[in-house]
Amino acid sequence: MYKVKSLVVTGYGINCEEEMAAAYEMCGAEVRTVHLNEIFREQVSIHDFDILNLPGGFSFGDDLGSAKVLGNKFRFKNMAGAQTFLDDLREFLEAGKYIIGVCNGFQALVKMGLLPNIGGQFEQEATLTFNNSGKYEDRWVNMKVRAGNGSPFLNGIDTLESPVRHGEGKLLFRDEKIRQAVLAQNLNVLSYADANGNPTAEYPANPNGAELNCAGLTDPSRRVFGLMPHPEAYLSAYNHPAWAQRRRKNPGLPEAGDGLKIYRNIVEEIRNTTKD
Amino acid sequence: MRPESAHHIQLLTKSSIRDVIGERVSTEAGRHLGLKTGSVRSAKIFTVVTDIPQNQLQQFSVQALQDPLLHDLYIDQLYHEPQFQSYLLISKLPGVTDDEGISAQKTFCDFLNIEFNFSRQFIFTQDIFYIENELSEKQLYLLAADLLGNPLVNHFEYGRFEGQIGYVPEVHLRSKAEVRLMDIFVSDDELLRLSKDYLLALDLKEMKAIQAYFAADKTVKRRAAKSLNKLPTDCEIEVLAQTWSEHCKHKEFDADIHFTNLETGQQKTIHSLFKTYIKRSTEIIRQRYIEAGNNWLLKIFSDNAGVVRIDDENVFIWKVETHNSPSALDPYGGALTGIVGVNRDPLGTGVGGGKLLFNTNVLCFGRPDYAGELLPGQLHPRRIMSGVVKGIEDGGNKSGIPTVNGSIIFDDRFRGKPLVFCGTGAVMPAQINGKPSWEKPIDPGDRIIMAGGRVGKDGIHGATFSSLEIDEHSPRSAVQIGSPITQKNMADFMQQAVGAGLIKCSTDNGAGGLSSSIGELATISGGARVDLEKVPLKYSGLQPWEIFVSESQERMTLVVESEQWAALKEMAHHFEVELSDIGEFTASGDLEVCYEGKTIALIGLDFLHDGVPKKELFAEWKKPQHSEPALPQELDYTEILLRLLSDFNISSREDIIRRYDHEVKGKSIIKPLMGEDGQAAQDAAVMRINFKSMQGIAISNGLKPRFGDINAYHMAAGAFDEAVRSIISVGGRLPDPTDSSNRFWTVNDNFCVPDSVYHPQTNPDGKYKMAQLIMMNEALFDLSTTFNIPMTSGKDSMKNDFVRDGVKISVPPTLLFSMVAKIDDVRKTITAEFKAPDDLIFLLGQTYDELGGSEFYQLFGHLGANVPQVRPQQAMDLYKKIALAQEAGLILSSHDLSDGGLAVALAEAAFGGNLGCIIDLPETDLSLPAQLFSESHSRFVVSIDPQQRGKFEAIMGSAAAYLGKVEDDQRFLIRRRGKTVVETDVPGLKSAWRGKLKL
Repeated sequence: MYKVKSLVVTGYGINCEEEMAAAYEMCGAEVRTVHLNEIFREQVSIHDFDILNLPGGFSFGDDLGSAKVLGNKFRFKNMAGAQTFLDDLREFLEAGKYIIGVCNGFQALVKMGLLPNIGGQFEQEATLTFNNSGKYEDRWVNMKVRAGNGSPFLNGIDTLESPVRHGEGKLLFRDEKIRQAVLAQNLNVLSYADANGNPTAEYPANPNGAELNCAGLTDPSRRVFGLMPHPEAYLSAYNHPAWAQRRRKNPGLPEAGDGLKIYRNIVEEIRNTTKD
Repeated sequence: MRPESAHHIQLLTKSSIRDVIGERVSTEAGRHLGLKTGSVRSAKIFTVVTDIPQNQLQQFSVQALQDPLLHDLYIDQLYHEPQFQSYLLISKLPGVTDDEGISAQKTFCDFLNIEFNFSRQFIFTQDIFYIENELSEKQLYLLAADLLGNPLVNHFEYGRFEGQIGYVPEVHLRSKAEVRLMDIFVSDDELLRLSKDYLLALDLKEMKAIQAYFAADKTVKRRAAKSLNKLPTDCEIEVLAQTWSEHCKHKEFDADIHFTNLETGQQKTIHSLFKTYIKRSTEIIRQRYIEAGNNWLLKIFSDNAGVVRIDDENVFIWKVETHNSPSALDPYGGALTGIVGVNRDPLGTGVGGGKLLFNTNVLCFGRPDYAGELLPGQLHPRRIMSGVVKGIEDGGNKSGIPTVNGSIIFDDRFRGKPLVFCGTGAVMPAQINGKPSWEKPIDPGDRIIMAGGRVGKDGIHGATFSSLEIDEHSPRSAVQIGSPITQKNMADFMQQAVGAGLIKCSTDNGAGGLSSSIGELATISGGARVDLEKVPLKYSGLQPWEIFVSESQERMTLVVESEQWAALKEMAHHFEVELSDIGEFTASGDLEVCYEGKTIALIGLDFLHDGVPKKELFAEWKKPQHSEPALPQELDYTEILLRLLSDFNISSREDIIRRYDHEVKGKSIIKPLMGEDGQAAQDAAVMRINFKSMQGIAISNGLKPRFGDINAYHMAAGAFDEAVRSIISVGGRLPDPTDSSNRFWTVNDNFCVPDSVYHPQTNPDGKYKMAQLIMMNEALFDLSTTFNIPMTSGKDSMKNDFVRDGVKISVPPTLLFSMVAKIDDVRKTITAEFKAPDDLIFLLGQTYDELGGSEFYQLFGHLGANVPQVRPQQAMDLYKKIALAQEAGLILSSHDLSDGGLAVALAEAAFGGNLGCIIDLPETDLSLPAQLFSESHSRFVVSIDPQQRGKFEAIMGSAAAYLGKVEDDQRFLIRRRGKTVVETDVPGLKSAWRGKLKL
């Protein structure tokens, strides 16, 4: 069986690399966690991996707006071989590979134009900014998966719970055209939802006031995926705030957390589509 | 003055985008200051002070700073509209940490593909607010100083905006480096004046000890050999003052205390509280573990933090500290620095580079609705609270360390000095390169490497400052703002460098800066020589002594073998961490400090560390007179319960808790809020240690300051029990010397007391306060040795008084116990909320007529006399039975009884599951108020599966009293002898509980 190779980047204030790497280990993938400086010095090449993971955190302290400084680094800083990391990412995607960004990683993907990327040119078509509540919050949310969205990350998932932990998670689109294209192409794959799984604009079920109640996006290729909530914080069923109550009612619940499904999905997808 | 080359780049939130920041300013100005601002528009200004072509500036602004979806961009011509009648510009004062400016500079370098240089900051950030209404200068200053900034760290401009700003916070210091000699061969009066003028915080005995040392022939000769005068240099005096500060040397805990019990006439002298009670208790306990062959106590009291063994692979390190004085002056910076500062303790324990696992914090404030007078320089409690919370938020969240639990206590005696306890736990491999990780080997010839932030004037005199009362002469440089991102980079780097074997050991730079860190490490090798000119500075113009004692943040001192230096430096470069080789360890017996080739300080290590004279202090105990109050005959207990739940001390902390990331790293199992709607408060945090196993730790804290108003011993004992029972409640097991599974418990004790040194005029009740301190120590000793739960680290803060204009506001004596215990399997832990209808509710433990100091009495303005007492043997028996019931899986929910007693605990247990309960109080001789609201210790409300009742009662025996059943319909009913005494519903209780505490 093909051994999926997953790369988790870290450094500069990224801080969810450990749980992200743990997710892949639990799914039987080979995972490596690498400081971004090693990538910029080309000690490590992303092209040796099947999937690139941009974890959450506070890269550069969220200064200048979340993920702005990190995104700039990717767009402008020359790597050892003189190309930018964004050039590398383009090549990586052209080779049919996958990228997932969570929270700060999602913010970076959006601000660099990898999501939603309707125009295909890596131009910024959306942004993520301050929650309507005006504050950072850590709370669990429910998400509804958009039916028929085609994202390999979301195979077989209808709703998903995970914690949000952000101050700048409100997704805004550049204009009506982008918004309509996102809807038309089914790119808003995750919506904040109430307990019954119905998408909602109500705070706190929708923690930030995102347009289209959008919690996560994919690109038209379905190989780039990003979301604000943290599925990697829900690898064990015991991470859920109501685990004890749920287990009292249903002692046979599985031990794995639902967040793991996303990582299982993508590892399986790569395994199934890659020749050994 | 605006330098010629200064450019202003302004990012203004587009009018089509909801300006969340502006809205918040408007709302909070109205809510907290009563100011009607009208609409507020916010913008950020980046001031670039470097030569850059206009087109490049334009490109940088458009491509790298502006978010085209969010911002309108203005370069040099600032936005300026008549519809806004007022404006407020907030800048940082020179030298104040401006992380966002540095980040902008980093992105500028990435944009231009030039190397980032730490040596000069040339991009600064400012915030500007455009305000619709015309506010007076006084109102604008209020808005600036009381809501959005702090004059100790910010510069303000306000009025009607004319499109110009005139301020760039560049530091210009023109002083020439010089080393002054200090004439200490003077009269006693002049010695004392010297101590006061130079903020040395040394008393006459200490000044005279210094005088005698420098007068000694041996000293004179050794110094002459290094071309030093007989008179000490400013650097030497400053090093001694830092090292001998109360903060670093704990002189009061080490003093000889003459104690008289005026009740019995008994007299005794205690030679060091620390050695007699704290250290001795841990040594006795350790001996028991050693004798039984199961010692997991690896390091106690001798490093930055204590170390215990988790298993063969890993050790656990943890430390809790206080940051009170800085938080009184600048709540945000004080708390932020408190958090990132205490992070460095486990990071610099043993070899160093431990993986930081969690943060915890305990906060004591005045009541947020305090309506009394404020003294000059005193901030309002609400202001202190919101600033401190923001500091803890940024300190933890931006460092990627979960803030897993905490506690907040409100009492107006904390309005002068708040108490801000910050703690951090970490895991380190037990072996690093084949050697025990918790040891600190240093040999002569090893290099002294400073890592992390640069040195500025910030924090100079922090150690001596915290040893003084706050008064009008408190130095501004005591205020500093941490940089979590700088430290995060450094922590990442250290973890990798330690793993690669490049760092021999390390310590942090905290109070006293380099002078303390190097001074302490030097005792291991037997000496050190430092070259101060090699220390990188934030800006020029610092005096050599300032460089040595500066407490600039985010710095570690690393011990590195010469052969490793090149590789280490290379690695640091890639992590954007600055390293400097600033000297070497020696075996000379001296701490030698040089500046540009000349020795400017030479102090024998013996004198530096052991030369401080012992203090002599006095304590007198006379039992205070308290009595039980008479209460009205007819009380509405439903209403009382609602009032209790909406009291600041009991109400939900959700608004604060959610600001903290409590689950980053994915290991949290019991979070501060649990249940389907995330509103069930918990007793202790539980988290995994790694992803490989299900073993974990439980983290708790205990403090009961109000009980100390009646009896300091019982206050301290109660705090200890509260921390223990919180861990028992979630499923922890008491430690046992015969148990070989490393079931460790590790405790930090933190004493925060008012000035307890007797002075006939300024502190006439000092002897009583000192007696209280002794009693707190006695309780610590008794409880820890009974439970076999050892102190592994701790701290004392001895001057928690705010003095201004002849008024003194003193904190009540406060002792915090912070505990961590190992959990075998986190899946078997127990949360506080009721789980399912028809489950049976029991009260575990004995209730006594102990309403003294209770929240219930507080409602009526009474203190009472019957303070809750811990009965340790009885408590231990109960905790062991609970362990048996837990092991058998019988306990489905467990909540410890604390503030507000049984009634409040039942309500809180009901909230989380949105389930009700019907309770019939057990038959007893106690009064109804005592049954409902007594805060007797060592008690729990638990629920069980009805089918397991027999098994459960067989284990618990008389320790469990049946109370009633969990109800599906959210009714909340308490009956006594068949008569309903509390009747309400859970939503009503919950809304009282949740509505009170808002930031």
